Amino acid sequence: MKVSTQWLSEYVNIEGITPEELAEKITRSGIEIDEIEQRNQGVQGVVVGYVKHKEKHPDADKLNVCTVDAGTGEDLQIVCGAKNIDAGQKVPVAVVGAVLPGNFKIKNAKLRGVASQGMICSASELGMNDKLLPKDQQEGILVLPEGAEIGLPITQVLGLDDAVLEFDLTPNRSDCLSMIGAAYETAAILGREVKLPAIDLIETGGPAADQVSVTVENGELSPHYAIRYISGVQIGPSPQWMQNRLMAAGIRPTNNVVDITNYVMLECGQPLHAFDADKLGREIGVRSARDGETLTTLDGQERKLDPSMLLITGGDRPAALAGVMGGLETEVTDSTVNIALESARFAGSSVRKTSRKLGLRSEASLRFEKEVDPSAVIAALDRAALLLSRHAGGAVLHGIVESKSGAVGEKTLSLSLPKLNAYLGTDISMLEVKAIFARLNFKCADSAQGVLDVQVPTRRGDITRDVDLIEEVARIHGYDNIPSTVIEGPTTAGAYTKSQAVRRAVRRTLTHGGFHEAVTYSFTRPENTQRFTAFSAGSYAVPLAMPMSEDRSVLRTTLVPLLLEAAQYNRNRKNADLSMFEVGTVFHGSEQKVTKQPTERTMLALLMAGSRTDETVGAASRKVDFFDLKGAVESVLEELGLHAEFRADSPDGFHPGRSASLYLAGAPDKRIGVLGQLHPQLQLDYDLDDTYAAEICLNDLYAPAAPEIEYRDLPRYPSAQRDIAVVVGLDVEAGSLIAAVRESAGELLQDVRVFDVYTGDRVASDKKSVALALTYQHGERTLTDEEVAAAQQNVIARLEQSFAAELRK
Amino acid sequence: MRERLEQLKAEALEHLRSVADAKQLDELRVKYQGKKGKLTEILRGMGGLSAEERPVIGQLANEVRDAIDAAVSAHSERFEREETERRLASETIDVTLPGRKLPRGAAHPLNRIIEEIEQIFIGMGYQVSEGPEVETDYHNFEALNLPKDHPARDMQDSFYITEDLLMRTHTSPVQVRTMQKMDGEVPVKIICPGKVYRRDDDDATHSFQFHQIEGLVIGKNIRMSDLKGTLLQLMQELFGSDTQIRMRPSFFPFTEPSAEVDVSYRKKGAESTGWLEVLGCGMVHPRVLEMSGYDPKEYSGFAFGMGAERLAMLKYGIDDIRHFYNNDERFLNQFARQ
Repeated sequence: MKVSTQWLSEYVNIEGITPEELAEKITRSGIEIDEIEQRNQGVQGVVVGYVKHKEKHPDADKLNVCTVDAGTGEDLQIVCGAKNIDAGQKVPVAVVGAVLPGNFKIKNAKLRGVASQGMICSASELGMNDKLLPKDQQEGILVLPEGAEIGLPITQVLGLDDAVLEFDLTPNRSDCLSMIGAAYETAAILGREVKLPAIDLIETGGPAADQVSVTVENGELSPHYAIRYISGVQIGPSPQWMQNRLMAAGIRPTNNVVDITNYVMLECGQPLHAFDADKLGREIGVRSARDGETLTTLDGQERKLDPSMLLITGGDRPAALAGVMGGLETEVTDSTVNIALESARFAGSSVRKTSRKLGLRSEASLRFEKEVDPSAVIAALDRAALLLSRHAGGAVLHGIVESKSGAVGEKTLSLSLPKLNAYLGTDISMLEVKAIFARLNFKCADSAQGVLDVQVPTRRGDITRDVDLIEEVARIHGYDNIPSTVIEGPTTAGAYTKSQAVRRAVRRTLTHGGFHEAVTYSFTRPENTQRFTAFSAGSYAVPLAMPMSEDRSVLRTTLVPLLLEAAQYNRNRKNADLSMFEVGTVFHGSEQKVTKQPTERTMLALLMAGSRTDETVGAASRKVDFFDLKGAVESVLEELGLHAEFRADSPDGFHPGRSASLYLAGAPDKRIGVLGQLHPQLQLDYDLDDTYAAEICLNDLYAPAAPEIEYRDLPRYPSAQRDIAVVVGLDVEAGSLIAAVRESAGELLQDVRVFDVYTGDRVASDKKSVALALTYQHGERTLTDEEVAAAQQNVIARLEQSFAAELRK
Repeated sequence: MRERLEQLKAEALEHLRSVADAKQLDELRVKYQGKKGKLTEILRGMGGLSAEERPVIGQLANEVRDAIDAAVSAHSERFEREETERRLASETIDVTLPGRKLPRGAAHPLNRIIEEIEQIFIGMGYQVSEGPEVETDYHNFEALNLPKDHPARDMQDSFYITEDLLMRTHTSPVQVRTMQKMDGEVPVKIICPGKVYRRDDDDATHSFQFHQIEGLVIGKNIRMSDLKGTLLQLMQELFGSDTQIRMRPSFFPFTEPSAEVDVSYRKKGAESTGWLEVLGCGMVHPRVLEMSGYDPKEYSGFAFGMGAERLAMLKYGIDDIRHFYNNDERFLNQFARQ
């Protein structure tokens, strides 16, 4: 809502307060002022002039030489190029010494040899917004009303010395969608009086009821519908002051009738609509639209209607969308003579639905949606009728034709002072509270010790409970005057839950290990849900009903493609060496047509590409491979106290020979993760070099994770290490060898690890040599050579038996 | 004999004076003091001395030997020292060559600031609560005093999946779910961090996906002044102990009274501090308490919510919200400090 301070000052005294100060006070009391717009863009010394004569310029076809009386004592000779300039006009004249916006100074000049003592201005040369000018003023010089006083500063005529405050209203404060509402608010903040415009309407002629009837079918959607009949109007421009105010509020003046309805809407917050009564017909109705009906609205669009929409009808034919927009057919035009002026209350939710469905929002719908002040319906109607009789020459017929179901009066709420102070943590006295309600123009009276009965004006429909009154008191008292305190009561212990602690441990392990954490979007393109389906197989991707783009149209089912896209983004910026991870949610729907919330899982995804370390003196860089990724996964699991088995596998999206599935020890049937090199085809699709990725379901790790450290005594007796190398077939997995060693070595075995794998000239081409280091130890004594030798014998025998292994000497 | 000893001493010291390296020194030592050296040779003639002369010459011989020893060891130490110096000089490296660093990864700045805030609240006795990102209309709106077709729904334009399911527009439904789970128990002291989604055209300051951190406290005698004190502490821990906050009245359907909170903030290079809006908050609306099973006559509470992106942009001076979601390595790398 744009609030002209000049207009505002008519209802509340704001003398001695700059617009900036006022904006700050209002902002600090609950309504943010987004912007202060100075209507005067830098006009100085421009006055009203009268064009006495106009002659053609002797040497230029398109120029005229005008003789202008600008009240300076002597007539001025001014050369003007505007097509619409003519003798007898009142026009804005920038005399020598005047300044136009952009610090453009007017000097004596010669145009094609003819002296010019100033400049006749167009509206845009005066810095006025083209879009808000009446259509006939958008081109050429600005022609002023005949009554404009010669020599008067143009800023005064056009109301330019005005600062407009842009009220950024929260949805509850629709009362300030009106100048009077803004005045009540300003008065409360400043502690000053509100003066309302007088409505001294004189009715003439016969009864309005002889001209029109009103029938409302849906009383609950239109609890109050009122019509005044104004006859014999003359359509023309509205007074300049009214046009100035409309423009200040951001509304373009049209003609006197339309301008008056808009002006009163701005003044009272009550939208009005003027029908051409002769086109509308005598029988005015309010009813729901019928299927198949259409209406061409004022903006020239034909609208298809349905029964959820409320209509105003004339002789049962659609004439307007109630509270949203009028119809083109019954519009006020230059030939309109009689007017049916509507003021009504429509249910906010109905207006909102209709306006949303049609994608049609108007100043009227904006106000109706938030419910208008029930007391304003008739006040606004009378005020507009008064202005029509004054400025459009109309006769206001006797009486109001209306339909009203149920009265809305002021409500009374009880407010307990002890509760108020307990709620706010303040110590405000009853006297102060009463003073605040007086400032707000809320009547109140003592009802019991420490309890007030507060009467809430109908304009403040947002106040329905005692806490709303507490807020009113608090904001006028000033939020700055609420102290800062500490919560009283029992102390509580804060802590992360186990799943939160696990996620933190995972993230910490990876960042400490050199991985950067990524955060990607939850919305993705549909193709990305058809890849890396290890965890989404058998579920459905969940689409958004109205996505902003195809690329962000469905909820992600896996994190991997999002990290691949991040890798691609980086690759395009020459960041080829990447170690990244993300911990985030994926969404798996259980139905093709969504009816319930999808399953949400928290996944960990890792991505590695390029080199792990920079090449530096004494250390060559090395391309990452599967085992860098696997090592990172192992480190994460180790941090969580978990052991997992890596099984050769070819999960969807991965290189079939370089990928694995992950199973927790003790749960050999439940896959908890996948990892490997990206399938070469996908590497091409995503335009990436060799890239490695993993995805692990963290939900599956929360319960088994054992992040607590359990200390074990240090060994007191020495361990014995024995290395063996065995030659086995190329297809024998190291993991199987290790498992066999563990099974056969007996209880003394502490650890076994593979430390070398050899293929080449010294073994057969279909064989490889695997070197294993075995560590033996006894907790209570030193081992004997015989014990170790016996265990080694068992191991060798087992390897020979299970893998046809040959011991390599 | 005396003369021969004196002469030997003078000769040996003279020789030693010009010795050039450890090898020559060793040769001289052997020459004078070795088993077949000159001193030994002289001393062998001691047998022919008288009983009076023997101790005197003996003493003199010891003195000569000590003098030569001292000179030899002085030279020997010098040579050793010089040798060490030579060796060390030959081992000199270029210390300006780059070192081999430990790998350093970065927590994402959004999670970094969320974690910092979580820690502050855990320190104040709060629990961290989480909930689904796809929410029901009831939990996201209705239970928060935002009935269908309420104009306040325009404040949060949503991504719907069905008529009843949507991407949560705030983490407040986590508060609702927590209250329902607590089933009337107090105190409730939680913060709810997480991703939220609002239909918005992306630009430098808007993103359709962003992160919120909300807080909720319910108990007996919870006051608006407690809310103010809590937020002051939070902002001072986040932005420094001289940080000030101010509250401005505002509107949220789920709180009454409601407030926006501005924090005093000095822009990089600016001389004076200004105010920047960082947070919305208020006393939990009695309707919200009622709907989630708390009697507003007995209990009161406060709630607040802030955007992690905005706080991170302020704290680190980041000027474009889209950086958070591009995952540019050069951006992330700047947050590798612990």
